[in-house]
Amino acid sequence: MIQAILVFNNHGKPRLVRFYQRFVKEIQQQIVRETFHLVLKRDDNICNFLEGGSLIGGSDYKLIYRHYATLYFVFCVDSSESELGILDLIQVFVETLDKCFENVCELDLIFHMDKVHYILQEVVMGGMVLETNMNEIVAQIEAQNRLEKSEGGLSAAPARAVSAVKNINLPEIPRNINIGDLNIKVPNLSQFV
Amino acid sequence: MALKMVKGSIDRMFDKNLQDLVRGIRNHKEDEAKYISQCIDEIKQELKQDNIAVKANAVCKLTYLQMLGYDISWAAFNIIEVMSASKFTFKRIGYLAASQSFHEGTDVIMLTTNQIRKDLSSPSQYDTGVALTGLSCFVTPDLARDLANDIMTLMSHTKPYIRKKAVLIMYKVFLKYPESLRPAFPRLKEKLEDPDPGVQSAAVNVICELARRNPKNYLSLAPLFFKLMTSSTNNWVLIKIIKLFGALTPLEPRLGKKLIEPLTNLIHSTSAMSLLYECVNTVIAVLISLSSGMPNHSASIQLCVQKLRILIEDSDQNLKYLGLLAMSKILKTHPKSVQSHKDLILQCLDDKDESIRLRALDLLYGMVSKKNLMEIVKKLMTHVDKAEGTTYRDELLTKIIDICSQSNYQYITNFEWYISILVELTRLEGTRHGHLIAAQMLDVAIRVKAIRKFAVSQMSALLDSAHLLASSTQRNGICEVLYAAAWICGEFSEHLQEPHHTLEAMLRPRVTTLPGHIQAVYVQNVVKLYASILQQKEQAREAEGAQAVTQLMVDRLPQFVQSADLEVQERASCILQLVKHIQKLQAKDVPVAEEVSALFAGELNPVAPKAQKKVPVPEGLDLDAWINEPLSDSESEDERPRAVFHEEEQRRPKHRPSEADEEELARRREARKQEQANNPFYIKSSPSPQKRYQDTPGVEHIPVVQIDLSVPLKVPGLPMSDQYVKLEEERRHRQKLEKDKRRKKRKEKEKKGKRRHSSLPTESDEDIAPAQQVDIVTEEMPENALPSDEDDKDPNDPYRALDIDLDKPLADSEKLPIQKHRNTETSKSPEKDVPMVEKKSKKPKKKKKKKKKKKKKKKKKKKKK
Repeated sequence: MIQAILVFNNHGKPRLVRFYQRFVKEIQQQIVRETFHLVLKRDDNICNFLEGGSLIGGSDYKLIYRHYATLYFVFCVDSSESELGILDLIQVFVETLDKCFENVCELDLIFHMDKVHYILQEVVMGGMVLETNMNEIVAQIEAQNRLEKSEGGLSAAPARAVSAVKNINLPEIPRNINIGDLNIKVPNLSQFV
Repeated sequence: MALKMVKGSIDRMFDKNLQDLVRGIRNHKEDEAKYISQCIDEIKQELKQDNIAVKANAVCKLTYLQMLGYDISWAAFNIIEVMSASKFTFKRIGYLAASQSFHEGTDVIMLTTNQIRKDLSSPSQYDTGVALTGLSCFVTPDLARDLANDIMTLMSHTKPYIRKKAVLIMYKVFLKYPESLRPAFPRLKEKLEDPDPGVQSAAVNVICELARRNPKNYLSLAPLFFKLMTSSTNNWVLIKIIKLFGALTPLEPRLGKKLIEPLTNLIHSTSAMSLLYECVNTVIAVLISLSSGMPNHSASIQLCVQKLRILIEDSDQNLKYLGLLAMSKILKTHPKSVQSHKDLILQCLDDKDESIRLRALDLLYGMVSKKNLMEIVKKLMTHVDKAEGTTYRDELLTKIIDICSQSNYQYITNFEWYISILVELTRLEGTRHGHLIAAQMLDVAIRVKAIRKFAVSQMSALLDSAHLLASSTQRNGICEVLYAAAWICGEFSEHLQEPHHTLEAMLRPRVTTLPGHIQAVYVQNVVKLYASILQQKEQAREAEGAQAVTQLMVDRLPQFVQSADLEVQERASCILQLVKHIQKLQAKDVPVAEEVSALFAGELNPVAPKAQKKVPVPEGLDLDAWINEPLSDSESEDERPRAVFHEEEQRRPKHRPSEADEEELARRREARKQEQANNPFYIKSSPSPQKRYQDTPGVEHIPVVQIDLSVPLKVPGLPMSDQYVKLEEERRHRQKLEKDKRRKKRKEKEKKGKRRHSSLPTESDEDIAPAQQVDIVTEEMPENALPSDEDDKDPNDPYRALDIDLDKPLADSEKLPIQKHRNTETSKSPEKDVPMVEKKSKKPKKKKKKKKKKKKKKKKKKKKK
């Protein structure tokens, strides 16, 4: 079973927090923080497994993580999962994100947390691995996106127009663009395959 | 009405959506909390509107805030509203928010049952999918009970997308509503052979999770899984199945035998490291289960170890880590085959990755033998010196001590070497494990009698050296060693070379900077030391010398009397008075030494840490029996105290005769014995080794150790443990030579006598004779102590409820409740009270199956329509 899936950036800002076991929200935040500190200490060229996730579940649990550019993807799993299998799964998840967002970068995750959740839901369900075939995952997500489009989406046409206007007029727009510097892009995912 | 709608949509244009919220938060870095609370107010306004799109948007934003750690439980009802929207877009938002924030304590969750049921049977597969996904995160026992049947139906849905989700969620349903496991199991089993690989994988997944907790109930599925293993090409499924077999083999050794071959084939053929690794793991599990009663599978072990070596040698740190992890499993049963890779594991100690170093340390623990202990520890000591960062160094320190002290110092052939290792460890700065070293020193000195003389000389050197005393406050920890040193020097003072010198060292003014509990030990042991010096001096008839020592005590003790620590103060002032009294007697030329040393006569024996717990309850003592009659609950609170005394006085005389009644007592005792015999948790009394040990009276039976003087006892100054390593090598070499000589002689004899020995003489651990004939005193246990390893299972374990026999045929009463109308609820309720055992006993086997088939047919027909 997967106990939790956490995505945060190099500064520990959470980008996706998904627990499959109930924790009080304070504990959730604490887990995210402590996991971040554990993972941050580690160089990139050492192993991707961490023991002693004492906060979640104890000795049966391991933290398995991957570091992509500015983001850490951390899975907390128990001993029924294969360690290398989970590493592959993280890769599948990230590649799926890459396909769905077309060259995914941290900004995509920041502004579309809901979509990231929907993608994750097609990979892992209730702590168990649902699908590992990327084509199948992408096909299901695209079908759901089409369905959403046919319903007019969350913000229908008029609202979208307004938000476009809002975007043009507001003076803070240039500032936002600066945030996404080029390094954020996930570089050349294929090397991990 | 139309106007209202237009107004609503204009308002909506200026609502923030998720992106606006995120952008806003990023632009308000300084006053983020204030900005967010403002946003939450806006969201509250939006939630009050009728427009479902506005609500959905608000809930979507709440989900984001939830991730940042804000409480959104107040919006639970609004989330349910959004969940029940007809559009998929909104529904999905609602279910996401619910899956992130709902839990068993959410009270409105019971309102969702019908909505979820509706969504589950929705014609759109994505509505169903989204409901299943959401439910998997917040399913409660009530929801599981009410929806189990609906979900079970979905397991045979036409769309594989729904089927696989339905199969997966069943695991959650089982956990929350264990009664559903038996009725749903046949269909789950069916899904193992589903044409769709995704559904198949989900079914394997669920059964593996179930079997992991209660493997014995799933042994009957082994042939099916075996078939899957040989046919499947999906690595995910294979890994799961192979892991499952790893859990099953300990229960069924025959399975293990069958598995070895296909697994070995997989190991040879697969290119996927993850699969290879799991195969090796399961082969190890099989070998462990077989090791008890089977001839050797040395080829398979060799293969595993060889593959693991490849993993460990790989440049990929992940593989290295896993290789070490699996190696430690082999170690437990086949230590010899791992020990040949000692070089590799020692190499891993140099790795830059701490996880890998720690794994390697774990392995070393199991790899030591009498032969290589010194060498391994020497290597570890060099690492201790190199290690940067105190956490890893402390880990090394504890491992060294663990390795040496494991199974009652089994592998230590030379305790002088061990003491010197401990002394060397005291030079570590900033360690937190001073108390650990101290405990070891005490343990060894007390239990290994032969070493006491050496230990005392080392400890007196420690007391003398300044490095431990210096800045003792900062070093919090390592000064604990002085506690042990002082005690050992005091208790075994007869072994001291220069007791006077040690006494002075212990009375130095700097000692008062030590923590209180250590000073207290100092004070107490100073007297022991003093007593033995007095004795020496009086025997040598040096009255002046004796008086000088007393004067030294009288001069120095006041510094402890002034101590802020109560215990130090109390002991010091007591002892000061004693010494002053002695001084008076000495002035009158009265011999005092005998009486003073009588204060500390007798020997302290080690007591096992569990001894207190194991004191058996004496016959006839019932700890659960009431001493007084229990007070009745009806009495009101404020009346109670008066009643207690009143009752007591009245009742005591009445009850005494009845309790003294011998017959009654005997009867009760019998009843209790009966109960104990039937109670699996009560350990019956049986003669334990400790007990036998206890039967031999006194300490006389402990053989006094003969010291083999091949190792010089006195090593000038603080000994380096390395010297011992060298000495040990020489000694072993000598022993070997001697043995060879003997062997040659024997061979010659054999030649003469023309006898043949079938067993080749091999050098094993047993051949190395220890440097000293060491008797390790066993720790004392109370009389009649009972051996016990009570390992009670956690009664709250949620998986225990799933320990259900799945092979028994299904009873009618076990069928999942199908809820159509309210009135079914009433008919169902009495059934719930029937305990599981009774349900199983009913066996209307065939009828029920037929019924099911009919049902299925009906469903199919419906679908066709």
